[in-house]
Amino acid sequence: MTGEQIFFLIVGIVTLISGLMVVTVRNLIHAALWLVATLFGVAMIYAILNAGFLAVVQVVVYIGAIAILFIFAVMLTRRQAAETGASVNSNWWLGAIAAVATFAGLFFLLKSWSGFSKTAAAIPSGFDAVNQLGDALTSANGYVLPFEVASVLLLAALVGAVYLAFNKK
Amino acid sequence: MNFWNDPLKVAADWLTGIFTGWGMNTVVANVLVAFLGILMLITILMVIDIFLVWIERKVVARFQDRIGPNRLGPFGLIQPFADIIKLMIKEDTTPDHADKFVYNIAPMLSMMSVLILWAVVPLAPVMLGVDLNIGALFIIAAGSIGTLSIIMAGWSSNNKFSVIGAFRQVAVMVSFEVPMLAVLLIPTIFAGSMGINAIIQSQNIWFVWLSPLAAVIFMIAAIAELGRAPFDLAEGESELVSGYNIEYSGMKFGMFYAGELLHAFTFGGFWSIMFFGGYRFFGLELVSPFLAIAIILFKAMVGYWIIMWVKYTVMRIRIDQMLAFNWKFLTPVAFVLVMVTALMNTLLRGAPSWLFITGMLLSNVIVAWVSLEIVRSVSRKERERVEGPKQVVAEAHH
Amino acid sequence: MIPLSWYLILAAGLFSIGLFGVLVRRNAVAILLGVELMLNAVNINLVAFWRYGDVALMAGQVFAIIVFAVAAAEVAVGLALVISVYRRRNTVVAEDLDLLKW
Repeated sequence: MTGEQIFFLIVGIVTLISGLMVVTVRNLIHAALWLVATLFGVAMIYAILNAGFLAVVQVVVYIGAIAILFIFAVMLTRRQAAETGASVNSNWWLGAIAAVATFAGLFFLLKSWSGFSKTAAAIPSGFDAVNQLGDALTSANGYVLPFEVASVLLLAALVGAVYLAFNKK
Repeated sequence: MNFWNDPLKVAADWLTGIFTGWGMNTVVANVLVAFLGILMLITILMVIDIFLVWIERKVVARFQDRIGPNRLGPFGLIQPFADIIKLMIKEDTTPDHADKFVYNIAPMLSMMSVLILWAVVPLAPVMLGVDLNIGALFIIAAGSIGTLSIIMAGWSSNNKFSVIGAFRQVAVMVSFEVPMLAVLLIPTIFAGSMGINAIIQSQNIWFVWLSPLAAVIFMIAAIAELGRAPFDLAEGESELVSGYNIEYSGMKFGMFYAGELLHAFTFGGFWSIMFFGGYRFFGLELVSPFLAIAIILFKAMVGYWIIMWVKYTVMRIRIDQMLAFNWKFLTPVAFVLVMVTALMNTLLRGAPSWLFITGMLLSNVIVAWVSLEIVRSVSRKERERVEGPKQVVAEAHH
Repeated sequence: MIPLSWYLILAAGLFSIGLFGVLVRRNAVAILLGVELMLNAVNINLVAFWRYGDVALMAGQVFAIIVFAVAAAEVAVGLALVISVYRRRNTVVAEDLDLLKW
């Protein structure tokens, strides 16, 4: 087992455990903080995959914005202690079965695929993923249209969120 | 390859040789040497941090027409050590019903978010931690961890003032991240790369001459990110006691405090890297790496001094003023500036350098002038709305 | 060298955990947390397929970035809805919001 594999296993296990804590922990602030740990693990996975730009964007967007937003939302919606009552609904075992079944189904589906255990080719020297990504996002032959649509979506979400949360007096 | 030209590599090779000589695996030896390098960098930074306390106290004293610490040692130089001993032997309190784990981890995260920034700072052409090709974005990412540490500290203290302080501080940091990110794109446009070393290497002309407005906006956003005056409304002594770190005592408070000082110094350094050529100074950096380190530390100190200058001479503003200033003025100006710079950069590609500099400078001046004119007319209307129309007619009656 | 299967299994595990959270949690904010886990699992797959396929084709990374944008939009609107509901009904428990269930 190489050092890279050991590193991946540590990161992966920590990510999965903190993911499990997100959905099981009772205190929602703790759940949000565990989410931060999960997101950080995913950022490290990106770094292992040589996608450094995405790793940093993951930290900026997810940890710097989305996780903070979650913590704010939890604080704004717990006037009478939200921790009273069960944190999961009465059909939680059905949910658990569904989740395990999904995992098993995905696993067996992927296992039957021929490319399941292939290894990565080395990245050609002089290949700059950030430049390539920038070109792909802005060239007409690339993905400029989806990129613009995503920006319109963000604008719409911004306006929608302000409208919804605005306290009409 | 001798020691005075590339000290880091020579030292690393020497240590690796020793470790492998002990029969250690090459990979393990390399990792160990890297760890030792990190440890050394952090130690040097912490020592600088100790003296930053002294510098800060001396400078604020001069601004307030005092002398500052002068009892312990020459010029009071031993004062910071006394401060540290005091902080360490203070009682370490934890409030009732505080969330212990989160409460204890927050100061560490705060310090970490500052120290991690130095991983991408090139101290000399050959001395840098990692030359990430996304260095400029890395600064913002480290800031995100700082934001997280503040909200953790505020929430876990189980104190309403600390939560309010954390809310305010996070609101400031999240909003001022936007103009800072936009303005960091301007050196990126000029250098054609986000790598910090590439940005420094391409500054044959300091970028401040190409885009002075960007340098100013970066400085304002950096001060806001630091939560220093005039943006220290998270602290607001008269209303919030001291913001998110009320409940911390002893060295845990010390970590927040030292982290803030080092953060200010670091942003001074980034300001000099992005707009003032980093370790470059008329070819002096090529003479010796040690000279390059001296140059970048001096420039960082100048940036830090400007941050202090602003802090001790400008009054605190209210939170609504702060948010309005960011969202209605700074962010639009930063975005317009990025667009104008990108456009001018494309138009002037291949132009002689005097034309390039003049064009860039002119476009900056125009953007600044137009935005200030708009602000002036808007604020005049606002003032008339608040104060009512001027009483000119009544004057004429006499 | 890490085989592709490890990434896919990690992503499948994270997705299932997220699904569990979405199905069983009662608090609406917690349900959104589960959705975030599922989106991240998808992103791991997208980036892994980019790395293990032809790296010159950037589709995987581009789609990961679009997922970032969609996630940000989803969280902003979702949490605004939760806060708006909390103002009117004073609850964030999903099963109490049954006005349409007569």
